[in-house]
Amino acid sequence: MLDDFANQFLPSTVGGLVNGSIYALIALGYTMVYGVLRLINFAHSEIFMIGTFASLTVLLAIAPSAPFTGIALVGVLVLLIVVSAVVSGASAVVLEAVAYRPLRKRGATRLAALISAIGASLFLQELFALVVIDWLIDKPGRNQASAPRFVARDTVFEVGNVAVRLDQVIVVVAAVVVMVALDRLVNKTRIGRGIRATAQDPEAAVLMGVSIDNIVRVTFMLGGAMAGVAGALYVMEIENTGYMIGFVLGIKAFTAAVLGGIGNLRGALMGGVVLGLIENWGAIFLGSQWKDVIAFTVLVVVLMFRPTGILGESLQKARA
Amino acid sequence: MKGDEVTREQTPAKPRGLRAVGHGIDVARDWWEHAKIWQRYLVYIALVVGALILPAPAIGTFMSPGSDWTTVLVYPIGTYILLAVGLNVVVGQAGLLDLGFVAFFAIGGYSVAYYGTQYGWTYWATVAFGIILAAVSGVILGAPTLRLRGDYLAIVTLGFGEIVRITANNTDEIGGARGITGIPHPPPVFGMKFVLDPAPYYYLIVAAIVLVIIFSVRLQKSRVGRAWAAIREDEDAAELMGVPTFKFKLLAFAIGAMIGGLAGGIYAGKAVFIEPNTFPFILSATILAAVVLGGSGNLPGVILGAFLIGWLPERFREFADFRILVFGGVLVLMMALRPEGLLPSRRRKAELHEGTGGMGTMGAEVPGPDADVSTTEAAK
Amino acid sequence: MSGARLGRVLALAAASSLALAACAGGGGDSGGGDAATVKIGFMGDLTGENSAIVIPPYNGAKMAIDEYNATNPKVKIDLIKYDSQGKSDQATSLITKAIGSDKIVALIGPAFSGESKAIGGTLEESKIPNISPSATNSGLASNGWKYWHRVVANDNDQGPDVADFLVKAKAPKKAFVLSDDQEYSVGLAEAVAKKFTEKGVQVETDKFSKDASDYSSTVTKVKSANPDVIFFGGYYAQGGRLLKQLRDNDVKTLFASGDGSLDAQLVSGAGEQAAEGAVIACPCNIPSAEATGESKKFFDNYKKSAGSDPAIYSTEGYDAATAFIKAVQDGKTTSEDINNFLTSVSFTGISKPIKFKANGEPENNSIFVYQVKGGVLKLLGPSADAKLEG
Repeated sequence: MLDDFANQFLPSTVGGLVNGSIYALIALGYTMVYGVLRLINFAHSEIFMIGTFASLTVLLAIAPSAPFTGIALVGVLVLLIVVSAVVSGASAVVLEAVAYRPLRKRGATRLAALISAIGASLFLQELFALVVIDWLIDKPGRNQASAPRFVARDTVFEVGNVAVRLDQVIVVVAAVVVMVALDRLVNKTRIGRGIRATAQDPEAAVLMGVSIDNIVRVTFMLGGAMAGVAGALYVMEIENTGYMIGFVLGIKAFTAAVLGGIGNLRGALMGGVVLGLIENWGAIFLGSQWKDVIAFTVLVVVLMFRPTGILGESLQKARA
Repeated sequence: MKGDEVTREQTPAKPRGLRAVGHGIDVARDWWEHAKIWQRYLVYIALVVGALILPAPAIGTFMSPGSDWTTVLVYPIGTYILLAVGLNVVVGQAGLLDLGFVAFFAIGGYSVAYYGTQYGWTYWATVAFGIILAAVSGVILGAPTLRLRGDYLAIVTLGFGEIVRITANNTDEIGGARGITGIPHPPPVFGMKFVLDPAPYYYLIVAAIVLVIIFSVRLQKSRVGRAWAAIREDEDAAELMGVPTFKFKLLAFAIGAMIGGLAGGIYAGKAVFIEPNTFPFILSATILAAVVLGGSGNLPGVILGAFLIGWLPERFREFADFRILVFGGVLVLMMALRPEGLLPSRRRKAELHEGTGGMGTMGAEVPGPDADVSTTEAAK
Repeated sequence: MSGARLGRVLALAAASSLALAACAGGGGDSGGGDAATVKIGFMGDLTGENSAIVIPPYNGAKMAIDEYNATNPKVKIDLIKYDSQGKSDQATSLITKAIGSDKIVALIGPAFSGESKAIGGTLEESKIPNISPSATNSGLASNGWKYWHRVVANDNDQGPDVADFLVKAKAPKKAFVLSDDQEYSVGLAEAVAKKFTEKGVQVETDKFSKDASDYSSTVTKVKSANPDVIFFGGYYAQGGRLLKQLRDNDVKTLFASGDGSLDAQLVSGAGEQAAEGAVIACPCNIPSAEATGESKKFFDNYKKSAGSDPAIYSTEGYDAATAFIKAVQDGKTTSEDINNFLTSVSFTGISKPIKFKANGEPENNSIFVYQVKGGVLKLLGPSADAKLEG
């Protein structure tokens, strides 16, 4: 047992970091929307799914015959990330306008919004299962679609005896870069101040001249864009997508957001990485089938001792 | 069921739009509030008789042309109603958000399957044990987590549902992914044999629904129900007024779990075979959607919601693939048009307008120029 | 509403409720339709997630019945499809409808084992003979069902046969047996692991959730165990991703899998390079364009009628339908007669010689081995005498 652990610890850690980065990127969307609206945006997982399809479409159009290197690689990578971020961000804005704004205007409960979100989630999943996949890869039925390889699986460096591959490095680096940029945006810019103000006290924010509708729209857009980036990285790493992939990743990412302290950007990063690592480490002892159980058990235990997550809800006042 | 009665009242008003429907409901309610005891009992009897007529083939050919109507009435419709009434105790009455309700359904089902096949217990003993087991797990889940609020509770319950399903899937002792086959049917009751004909199961489930409704209504009108309403409206105030909120929340969880366990037991007795995939997360979401769509906290509404959500996908079987898509769209649309549900209780409606009621409105709820609410959320 | 009127309405309602409720469950058994046509059902996952495994047998069955009806027989056959999406609860309500109001006399399917478990009892009680073209769970035959049959070998044939084949081909010292957490996957993986252990091969295992997409922890385990052969029990969707991630992490060990992975999507999912050389066992016999004789004829006709090459279980679907057609040709048009006929039916099917044992299992339970060559699944032959290439 301990022998296994010694052998598998380092490679598991690498895998866990890569997964954790993707969890963290998706978790940002949950956390931002929650911070501003106190709403679990249950359809966020489908925004991520849409991001993977955006990248897939671009990749199928480029149809690389061999992995890219150098400038071409950076160019394609940036293109994918930007396209996915834009498509996902726009989808999130549409989602907000269709599924949440009407409810918000009527003062509906968050419970009603949750049901609306579940409805939107089902709608989007089925739309992709029945229409989009068929159109993209010309195969009817609930198929998954494979993406061509454009990043070589070359070893960049070794830790101990573990080879760390180029694609893994790209995922982690890209995730960190994007998250730092988001953190700057929220903490240093005017619009970021608006978001924080709304999260803290919507009424006061309105009195100070903040347009709530704009802030909500921007929040959804930013969260969606993060999910889009995650989608692009996911397509690069797993080279495969399907209409169902959002569900499990969405739940994990939401768990990560709560684990870190929902409403807290840095908490989302931390929660994602912690979740990715603990899952993979736990799987060494218990077997990979228990990963999800490990994740949820850790969540319950953490919440028992720290009811607002590891880092707490720092972007807003603690709720009474 | 109760939902049917009100639907019948509202039918003529339909062409005049949703407001007219609302008016029809109001008229029906006013009548109901002033109705004499004997009138009420007549309505009860009419509803039960209506429920018993429901499986008639003449109705079935319209209601579900694509599959057997009586079977559809047992599952999904009857089972959904039972589950929705159970979840309504947690969500509608106590105002706690539970996204893992299917776990209790699974525990009830597995209890019947496991103790029936491995130890040869009689059916009713396994059902009773399943109900107890569900209640105990409700308490086990609730004890550490009910101190959490709102959305934390939601994710923890969701996690609990998944933990139960995955554990069942990976535990060979209870069949693992293979599930359990050859679950015994219930023994005969009043000469009704429970074999493959779905009709006796339907009568059984109607009986269970009636019992659970009576139980639920009695609870709502008791001290417990008032305590739940207080917790739902303002937990801190309730605590200050001397309501032991934690105990009552735990009780709501346990009672909801018991009803879920009962539904699981009845389902397993009919199904012969259960496997972990019978209990996916989406079922929790569906039942929650039924409760909210119908009108959280109002039993006739909840029953109507569960009926519609169980029935519509069966009715529109010919759209095969597209029915889930449409179902999703309809949920979004309904929530935009009637966020308080089809038949909200008056009290809940008032609470929702005041922005109280446990789940609160969305945070950035500030009236814009076109908003028709004049208050913002006060209870944060 | 006045009291008196309400009373009358109620009395009427009560009376009619009793009358209607009485006939609600019964359904009545007014014979099996008129004699000029008989109805046979096909049940399986036609639009759901694993429909790729069920549409080919449906096409095969439909082709057999269309061919039969085109000969202008005395009694025509009407094939009715029931889309259970592979879900037990849908299968339950569909079968009640199929027997109760559609009055089918026989059923091809259910396609999967889970739904077979759920409705086998109903079929038995209603005496509806059924032949599954693709349900391979080994336990199905031990329920004592007299009306249940299948034309494929079960997982307890497939698992040991593929293990034997791998032992013979690779003489492994250590095998790693993987599966996802679905019913079929776990059963097949266990059968394979058992046989390996009997043969003195050291076995390690891991299992993952079917919804997971990242298998890094599984790959890590495999890599640290360094086995001589890897067997995966499961479907192509997971198999393709797993194979790709194994190869990306420099695990070059021979990869073998079972019938659930026998689909072109395994190759497209893993990538042609990663999939090259993978071995896949299947109780199914899929004719290719190079086939000869009856198989070639089947290949051409199938391509014409279904618009695609024959795929997994298409011949088995054809053979299951043919068994019923033979019964109808012999003048058997009631469920009971058809079932009696099946006990003695014996003919050369496209997939294999068709003859049933008393418990409904096929007499012939050969397993065929396929290998990915240049991105295509190539039939190597029956597992007893197939030779690995490369």
